[in-house]
Formats: sequence, structure tokens, C-alpha cells
Amino acid sequence: MRQDPVLEVEDLHTHFFTRGGVARAVDGVSFSLHRGEILGLVGESGSGKSVTGMSILGLIDPPGRIVSGAVLYRGENLVAAGEKRLRQLRGNRIAMIFQDPMMTLNPVLSVETQMVETVLAHDRVSREQARERAREALARVGIPSPDERLAAYPHQFSGGMRQRVAIAIALLHQPDVIIADEPTTALDVTIQAQILFEVQKLCRETGTALVWITHDLAVVSGLADRVAVMYAGRIVETGTTVEVIDHARHPYTHGLLGSVPSRNKRGEPLAQIPGMTPSLLRLPEGCAFQPRCPRATAACLALPPLSGGDHGWRCFHPQEAAA
Amino acid sequence: MLVFLIRRIAQSAIVVAIMSVLVFTGIFAIGNPIDVLISPEADELERAAAIARLGLDRPLHEQFFAFAGNALSGDLGISFVHGVPAVELVLERFPATLELALLAMIIAVLIGIPLGIWAGLRPDSPAGRIIMAGSILGFSLPTFWVGMLLIMAFAVSLGWLPASGRGETVDVFGIPFSFLTADGLKHMLLPALNLALFKVSLVIRLARAGTREVALQDYVRFARAKGLSPARIVGVHILKNIMIPVVTVLGLEFGSVIAFSVVTESVFAWPGMGKLLIDSILLLDRPVVVAYLLVTVLLFIVINLVVDVLYSLLDPRIRLGGAKA
Repeated sequence: MRQDPVLEVEDLHTHFFTRGGVARAVDGVSFSLHRGEILGLVGESGSGKSVTGMSILGLIDPPGRIVSGAVLYRGENLVAAGEKRLRQLRGNRIAMIFQDPMMTLNPVLSVETQMVETVLAHDRVSREQARERAREALARVGIPSPDERLAAYPHQFSGGMRQRVAIAIALLHQPDVIIADEPTTALDVTIQAQILFEVQKLCRETGTALVWITHDLAVVSGLADRVAVMYAGRIVETGTTVEVIDHARHPYTHGLLGSVPSRNKRGEPLAQIPGMTPSLLRLPEGCAFQPRCPRATAACLALPPLSGGDHGWRCFHPQEAAA
Repeated sequence: MLVFLIRRIAQSAIVVAIMSVLVFTGIFAIGNPIDVLISPEADELERAAAIARLGLDRPLHEQFFAFAGNALSGDLGISFVHGVPAVELVLERFPATLELALLAMIIAVLIGIPLGIWAGLRPDSPAGRIIMAGSILGFSLPTFWVGMLLIMAFAVSLGWLPASGRGETVDVFGIPFSFLTADGLKHMLLPALNLALFKVSLVIRLARAGTREVALQDYVRFARAKGLSPARIVGVHILKNIMIPVVTVLGLEFGSVIAFSVVTESVFAWPGMGKLLIDSILLLDRPVVVAYLLVTVLLFIVINLVVDVLYSLLDPRIRLGGAKA
């Protein structure tokens, strides 16, 4: 028996109205997320994965705007919600972690200030209680001697430790959903592994659902329950991690998987996807991947629909399912 | 901190020594005070006596060392014109200038920072553009002209505010201050506004530039993602980050307002140090000019020290003390 999803994104369109034209950064993205589920949102730079994350929290600034679609948090449409309601949810029910831990903490405020203000923004508790919760959150993400570290400033932490602090801040209110925008990209692999382990553990413990935005398929294959692959603002393939990683159908997913160095044979030239990601201002007609696709035909000038079922792909000529 | 202070004081002593040499020889080169001080009718004997009395017959280096020796014991000489110790003369005028400068800086901060942040948050809005256009006016209009306009408008036409003098003063520890009486404040308002105009423009531009930069930082987006109120984001997260350049420039400006508020003090007949300086230069009253400049140098040193301490309070990444780990 499946519960209702905590978060549903339905046909979301977020466009940026720039001088050069309209950039359709997110162009009809849909997915849903259940309690405790981890969704890997994969794509190259500029594929719209980060904008999707920001759109969920209503953090898109002009010239960008959510043009249509819905973001349903427990059935409530956040696209239609007012700024005040969004503020109640942000950091409280839906939290976010950013890519660069060097930049996400305010350099001139102590960790304590930045954590306590987050608690006080949503709960009417005393400063002492808020501080105690901050201390617990730091301990939970594996920061040694949290009491001393509370008084410290961000520059006194290493990159990995800062990201732990950011995660601790995201966990302060035990949110239903955390949107993690490439949180381990800027970290060393060993630190990355530790953080992935911690996050996975914490999500299992608290039932928090996670949208893990990344360009790194290796990270996703080890972490996520489900994967959605984005290309030029659209989801081109989605399914369980096993389905997408081991039985990829969309040629783009194949290309991405082929570009991972460890999957190539030693001595052979690295596989790569020919061409470049298209400019969002001048997307090719139909399937956006068509100009780079080895399997493209005239039919691809029309936009292929996302095929039905749990494992879906947006392609007229999918790769045969691997044995 | 202690190392920092000791080093700072040593540096300051060198600065003061160099300044005193420069000022002393500089004034010596400008002209002979005797020509101004003694009436043309005086005969040779009277001239010689006056010159000897002021010590002007001795060679420059002797004059300087005599001055330096006295200066070490706090005696900067006696005014040629007024016949009282020069330091006393300068310090007597100092409170008037200080309170005027302080009020001007307060006006600059209270008006400049909010307007600058506003313009920085909405750079393309009509209000933002008007603020920036206004700040260009503040930069480019000459102080004396604005001062005269202020007098024309508020003192002559409207008759709301007095145009000259300090008004009623109250003595605190024997020092007269205007800001403690309503009348004194009324007298201060126009000159302070005049003096503040340029600083307001400067602060607006600094605050705007800082805000535009800081508002795009990830930590501001993260603060929004935490669900903080806009007031908290602007008032804490942004404000504290833009204060560092503002404090730097305000520190320098505060010194220069105190030291060189000559124009405003002249226009509004404000009996401060600036007016004293102009009068003393015209009369070649060397001890007063030297005393004035040395007091000014000390002032700048103190202000810089305060600014450095403020830095460390604003930005935890800055630590006072030379020894780097």
C-alpha cells in the first residue's frame, strides 16, 4: 500500500524572460516523491535541475517566473501560495541545501546565530531552547564538540564540516522534504562518501524525502531510490535507480552513462556525447536531444511523449532493453 | 590585541614626527609672519624686538628643535596673534567641530544606508534610479553653494532655522556643547545637513554597490530557503556584510569632516576648528596652524584605530594583531 506523495510536481514550467529571449529552463517537469524516498535528479549544467529545485520553494527571482504547472506539498499548491505561506514552509517543512558549502553560510555570522534564527523563524521557543536544538542538530550530523562549534564562524570550518552545518540547519525542523542541490560536488570524494552516508541514514531515520540534484550518476546510483534524468528543461527518462542505470532506454541516458570514465575499458578513448548542450534560448524543435542523437530520425522533430509506466522515457527510438 | 596596540602606537609616533617636520618647514616656507603681525609704521628697532621675542631670528633647525622639545612636554607654542597657547586655542574650538561632524555623520548613516540598500535591492525600480540620480547631485554640487541655498531656503525664505552661530550651549565638564539644547540643535541642523550631503551620497553608493553584490550571494538565497523574514535577511544578513566598506570610508570621512569642515563653518559662521585654521593661515599664525595639524593627525590615528577595531567586530575573519599563525 502506498501513501499519498508528500511532494508532487506537475507539468512545471519555469521560464526566464531575458533580453535575448525566453529561456525555458524548466519545460514541463513532473515527478512525485513519497515519504522517505530519495529521488536523484540528474542532468548536465543548464539542464534545469537546479531551477526545478528552486521553483519548488518559490525562490525564482525575476526575470524568471513559474509560468504554469503545480507544486503540490501534501496536496497544497505552492505555486498559487502567497509569499507568507511559502516562508512558513521554507526551512520548516521543505528545506534546501546548496552546492557550495563555502558560500551558503554567512561569513560574518556565527554558526549559532545562523542556526538559532532558523529555529526561531518557525517555532516560538526561547533562545535557550533554540540553542539546544541547534546543538543537537550539530551532534546528529557528526560534528564533534558541538557546544564549542556553535560559537565558531564559518571560516573556522572545513568544506565538509560546513556542509554538515548546512545539513544540520536543514534538519532543524525535521522537514518532510529536503532539496539538495549538488551538495557534495565541491567536496573531496572521501568527505562526499561520509556525507552521503549520513544523509541516507538521517533520511531513513526521520522519514524525510530527498530530492538529490546532481550531475554525478555514480552518486545517484548509490543513494537514490528513483532517478529522473533531465535534458534541456525536460525529464527524458525516469524510473527506479536499477531501471534507469542498468536498463537505460533513452539515448541521452546511455550517453551520460557512457561518459563515466570507470565504465570505459582502459586504453580505449573515452566515450562522449557529440555536440554541446543546446542554448535554452534556441532549443531544437521536437526532441531537444535530436541534433546530438545517433538514433534520431525525421520523426524526432516532433516532441516525443514520456512513455507510461513506472519506467518512462521520452524517445521514439529507445535503446533496446539490455539483457 | 596588545601587540597590535603597541605596534600601532609606535607607527603613530613616527607619523606624528614626520608630520611635525613637514608642517613646520611648510609654514616657514609660506611667508614671514612678521610682515603680517607688525604694522608697517613700526620702526626697525620694534621689528627686531618682535622678531627676537617670537624666536624668528634663529635658523630654521634651531627653531624646529626648540619647538619639538616643547611639543614633547605638550607645549605647541603661543599663538603669534592671540598670545595664548596654540593648543588651547585649537582644543577650545574642537568640541564645536566635533559635534557638528558627529551629527553630519549620523545623518549620513541614517539616510545613506537605508536609501543605498533600497537602491541596491531594486536597482531597476524608479525609486532606485531616483536615489542614484540624487546621489550624483550630492556628489557634484559644491558645498558652499548648497550651504548658501540652504540658508536662502530655510533661514531667509521660510525662516524655520537660524543661519549662523552655535545658539544656546550647555557646559559639560566645562566644555560648551550645542546639541544638548533645542536652540543649539536648531543652529546645528543646517550646517550639519550641508556637511552631510556629500557623505550621504557616498554612503548611498557604497551601500548600494555592497547590497547588489551581497544580495546575489548563496548565503542570502540560503537565508531565504531557511524561511527567514525579509527584514531579518536585509537587516542582519545583508547589512552586516555591507558595513565593512561603509565603516572604512566613513572613518576616513569622519576625520576629514572634522579636520576640513572649513567651507561649511565659514558659510554658517560656525565657530569651529575649520574657521580657526583659515584665520590662522591668513595671519601666518604658525603655532596655531602647527597645533591644529598635529591635533588633526592624532585624530586620524585614533579614528583609524577605532575603524580597525570595528572591522574585527564586524568580520570574524579579521583578527587584530600582527603575528599570523
